[in-house]
Amino acid sequence: MKVRILVRLKPGVLDPQGRAVHHSLDGLGFEGVENVRIGRVIEMDVADGTSEDTLRQMCDQLLANTVIEEYTIQSLDGQPLDRSGENV
Amino acid sequence: MGFRAAVVTFPGSNCDRDMARALEAVSGVPAMRVWHGESELPDRLDFVALPGGFSYGDYLRAGAMAANSPILRAVIAASGRGVPVLGVCNGFQVLTESGLLPGALMRNAGQRFICRTATLTVGNTSSLFTAGFEPGERLRVPIAHHDGNYFADDDTLDRLEGEDRVAFRYQDNRNGSRRDIAGILSANGRVLGMMPHPERAIEPAAVETMGGTDGRRVFENVLGALTNA
Repeated sequence: MKVRILVRLKPGVLDPQGRAVHHSLDGLGFEGVENVRIGRVIEMDVADGTSEDTLRQMCDQLLANTVIEEYTIQSLDGQPLDRSGENV
Repeated sequence: MGFRAAVVTFPGSNCDRDMARALEAVSGVPAMRVWHGESELPDRLDFVALPGGFSYGDYLRAGAMAANSPILRAVIAASGRGVPVLGVCNGFQVLTESGLLPGALMRNAGQRFICRTATLTVGNTSSLFTAGFEPGERLRVPIAHHDGNYFADDDTLDRLEGEDRVAFRYQDNRNGSRRDIAGILSANGRVLGMMPHPERAIEPAAVETMGGTDGRRVFENVLGALTNA
């Protein structure tokens, strides 16, 4: 089964990288960009039936730093996860 | 005194030799070197240091991979027995990633790598790392980092300050660290994480060209505290 983990900074945590990219987009002349936040995508092939609980442990222990980041877990090939993927 | 200190080397560490050299310069005893893949530290340790560098290429997040390496389990266990642990720069990042210290170190607010000598203000003066300093004393210590922007939520910051666990603050905060924090202590005061490099400010010959000798005092404090214990 294919899963995708989206890791992003928690709301309220300043994202200097996003801000710099925002400035660059402004500099290129793109108008109307109001906010840019940068995160990370991790895609994994895992054994069928891997529980959401196990995936969460992977996120909590390594893939995300929950002091500053939150994550969502998505199934990519239609196999449902046993619970919804929002962690906050 | 047979000061038994160990310096951990991860793939990508680049201040491990400086750290070992600093420990030997201050204690007169060569520091033991430990590779990240080992699962045990030398026995009867007096001190463990996690050096600066870019462990595992800073993959995922600075310090994240190292925090899950075999040797870190041994470091966490040693810390649990009260062995003093110092993490400098990447070592500080490893300490926060491993949960030995609270908070996280994010990309510098200005996005740039900062390499200069920083003026620090001493906060805590009761830990074994800081007992030889005067409150508010100023130190000059080199910094060199891209991810030194200390973040913790307000409750954690209040707790750190309330428990007198801020060891050092930047006088001129250029990386965006909350409350100017440059270094913090664990609740029992036996783990210190700091972004500035005391091991680069050790030798009198370096006064003109490098960071001076203020960093030496951090190590002298530890040695003094352990000798008098």
